[in-house]
Amino acid sequence: MSETHEGVHRHPAPTSFIRKYIFSVDHKVIGIQYIMLALAAVIVGMLMSLLMRINLSWPNSSWTILETLFPTGAPGGVMTPEFYLSLVTMHGTIMVFFVLTTAPQGGFGNYFLPIQIGAEDMAFPVLNMLSFWVTLVGFIVILLAIFVEGNQSLGEWFAALGPSFRGGSGTVGPIGGWTGYAPLSALGRIAGPGQGAGMNLWVISIAIFCVGSLLGALNFITTLLNMRTKGMSLMRMPLTCWAWFTTAVLALLSFPVLLGGGILLLLDRVAGTSFFIPGGLYVSGILSGSHPNFPLHTGGSPILWQHLFWFFGHPEVYIAILPGMGATSHILATFARKPVFGYRAMVFAIFAIGLLGFFVWGHHMFISGMSPYSAIAFSILTLSIGVPSAVKTFNWLGTLWGSRIRFTCAMLFALGFVSLFVAGGITGLVLGQSSLDLAMHDSYFVTAHFHLVMGVASIFGMFAATYFWFPKMFGRLMDERIGRIHFWLTFVGVYAIFVPFHTMGIRGMPRRFASFAEYEFLRNVDPLVLLVSVAAVITITAQLLFYFNVFWSIFKGKKAGDNPWEATTLEWNTTSPPPHDNFAGVLPTVYHGPYEFAVPGAPKDFVMQTDIEAEVPADNGHNGHKH
Amino acid sequence: MGRVLAVIIWIITILSVVLFFVRKWWFPEAISQHAPALDRQFMITIVVVGISFTAAQFALGWAVWKFRDTGKPGDRALYTHGSNRLEVLWTVITAVIFIALAVMGQSVWASLRLHDAPPGSYTVEAVAQQFQWNFHYAGADNKFGRTDPALIDDGTLNFIGLDSADAAARDDAVTSALAIPVNRPVELRLRSKDVIHNFWVPQLRFKQDLVPGMEIKVNFVANKVGKYELACAELCGQLHFKMKSYMLVLPEDELAALQVLPQEQFQARIAELLNKYPLPTN
Repeated sequence: MSETHEGVHRHPAPTSFIRKYIFSVDHKVIGIQYIMLALAAVIVGMLMSLLMRINLSWPNSSWTILETLFPTGAPGGVMTPEFYLSLVTMHGTIMVFFVLTTAPQGGFGNYFLPIQIGAEDMAFPVLNMLSFWVTLVGFIVILLAIFVEGNQSLGEWFAALGPSFRGGSGTVGPIGGWTGYAPLSALGRIAGPGQGAGMNLWVISIAIFCVGSLLGALNFITTLLNMRTKGMSLMRMPLTCWAWFTTAVLALLSFPVLLGGGILLLLDRVAGTSFFIPGGLYVSGILSGSHPNFPLHTGGSPILWQHLFWFFGHPEVYIAILPGMGATSHILATFARKPVFGYRAMVFAIFAIGLLGFFVWGHHMFISGMSPYSAIAFSILTLSIGVPSAVKTFNWLGTLWGSRIRFTCAMLFALGFVSLFVAGGITGLVLGQSSLDLAMHDSYFVTAHFHLVMGVASIFGMFAATYFWFPKMFGRLMDERIGRIHFWLTFVGVYAIFVPFHTMGIRGMPRRFASFAEYEFLRNVDPLVLLVSVAAVITITAQLLFYFNVFWSIFKGKKAGDNPWEATTLEWNTTSPPPHDNFAGVLPTVYHGPYEFAVPGAPKDFVMQTDIEAEVPADNGHNGHKH
Repeated sequence: MGRVLAVIIWIITILSVVLFFVRKWWFPEAISQHAPALDRQFMITIVVVGISFTAAQFALGWAVWKFRDTGKPGDRALYTHGSNRLEVLWTVITAVIFIALAVMGQSVWASLRLHDAPPGSYTVEAVAQQFQWNFHYAGADNKFGRTDPALIDDGTLNFIGLDSADAAARDDAVTSALAIPVNRPVELRLRSKDVIHNFWVPQLRFKQDLVPGMEIKVNFVANKVGKYELACAELCGQLHFKMKSYMLVLPEDELAALQVLPQEQFQARIAELLNKYPLPTN
């Protein structure tokens, strides 16, 4: 912050390869590292969903590679039910933590928050580097959780850490779903396959991830509050910054609870405590306390874990989606060539969602055995959170009304975000009602809801962000033709996958089943299951286009220039890619709000935030000058 | 491009709505007293959802159809930062609709969950365990025998730890299928021996977790005789998907005759009844 005066004093860029690209403290490099981590993690997560679809639609088909990797989890190359369940668990965990929480916030937030507020770097660059490396360690541990369980020899090696770390049960990882409900997750190997070393590593990985996210959150909040450049009042910040800021606050308040819960769960598993394990359990033929394999447990509460988990878990949904909302607002305005409609309302809506997000966790637990009276409060609060979500949708439509849309790939994905957010969010009206949850809970209807709204919509936000900011990050444009094909296939594909999930759920199909063959009432759903699997194979394959486009364009894309989209915010005021200190030693001064498009009388259809000459009507009400 | 996108959004919207409203993949026929109210509330909600979904998607499609950048110099977008009147209007309208749905949505919940079973209810204990359902019937004396986790022995088929020294336990029966009377309140006392399970008969229209360390009571009235599939709907481990059983809803006299049978004959009779009743066809 000593550099906020205009001058020539500049931080020198590091010259060694290791300080520049590996252990870098530059928020831009760290942002790209986060994005690369997410790009790697999402491949793992997608391959797992592909395997799940294969198991559901083509059971008993044999895959040599599976047998090679998991000789006991897939004997003869055919997936076992425990293999399927650990796919469910790891798909969810990897996607939620290492994709939806890393790229939107750690990735794009890290790269663009400091630039958009006109700062040279994050407030704590070293902490920033640490947050990435801690997160990466978490990712390595979660990958280990797969192979320590799945692979005999690796499992034996981990057994040296103690009996509870003994792996090699043959599954592809722990079994518990991404929610890891106790006591299944707390009992250890006695509870069956997938409850050994892999589950320990699952808990440890999540605890490590919590630490990484906390470090990141502190940095985001401090940077945004203290390091805005001259003229960058709060109400002149791009909506992306508001979203990243709120996300950081949510992370700061929710991850510690999961961290605490995770530590207690680990203690139950390795130290014989009983936070989540009640007395008198009889598991796999053994009574608690009657055998060395199953020590005495008493007095724990399985529901306590659910409260701790969902107190984190619900805000986590917003941690995943808010940055996508921010990016969408930003990109819609840019390519609609029109100011964001209701900027102030958008900021309040983000806050309202963030705040209410802490009071609705109980809707995950209507049928858990908690008090039926609290369900009523949680239900009404849950439907209230639909109001700010609807306000955001109205304002996006308001932004498009009377606009002049440029249909770039970034814009297509941002429009796709709006469509998918509506499609996924609106079914919250069903699931938020305790009465209807009686039938819908843990069904494919739930799976449909959260995949559309927190999974696919968030990912569309990130696709939009990638197409939009790629030229700034790498100095080259992504290929628009490939990008369009990628968009059409993905947009139609995700609807074909997740809309049928709803009707399967209405029919009564429970999630997390390795096979539905035994249930007569589900026979008529089979064609839908097949449709979904075919759509999933096509949609997942289409993502190769995206990967090709990213890596090809880094080297061969068209040169971008500083402001290829004719956008207004500060990141377009500097070179592509920006220099080490973002603005070459001269921090910009801000004179206008973030989305001054189509200003009457202005020479061009956009007024940059730094444009001192431009006359912007004062009656816009929201972006008054700060002097 | 905008027009293609608009048309695709509209087609997706129409197909989605059609998929719901052909009702080919819909709830199985309900057999519980509270179910019609739940189905009605679901219908009201899904209509609100459908209308909002369709309206939003059509508006989005219309916007991308109509508002394109023509590239002509001077042809600019409408310069506006919003309208407080509109913000208030749509906030209030959605708040009213959403909160109204939330409040309406409490009635089924309240009717099912906020009162104890009426006197004269038929009571069954359910004790779930990894991948098996155990239902404990009070027998001729209408009293449940004492159970104790220390007495559980899967090897001798004493799955729920029934204390054979207790006089009330002697006429009790334990089977993997649930048999209940038609048109009479039923109370289930739900317990679990090991991990969390979930009681799910789609035709009954409710789920309830069975939580180890807790006894959770639920009561309901089934109003159609027949045999129904029972699934576990909470991930409970390796063979979760095979944790299947059946619920028999029996005429009162058939159930009364069953109730007084000793364990072996009780099980044999259950097997006969499972053969007698076919599964529902819709």
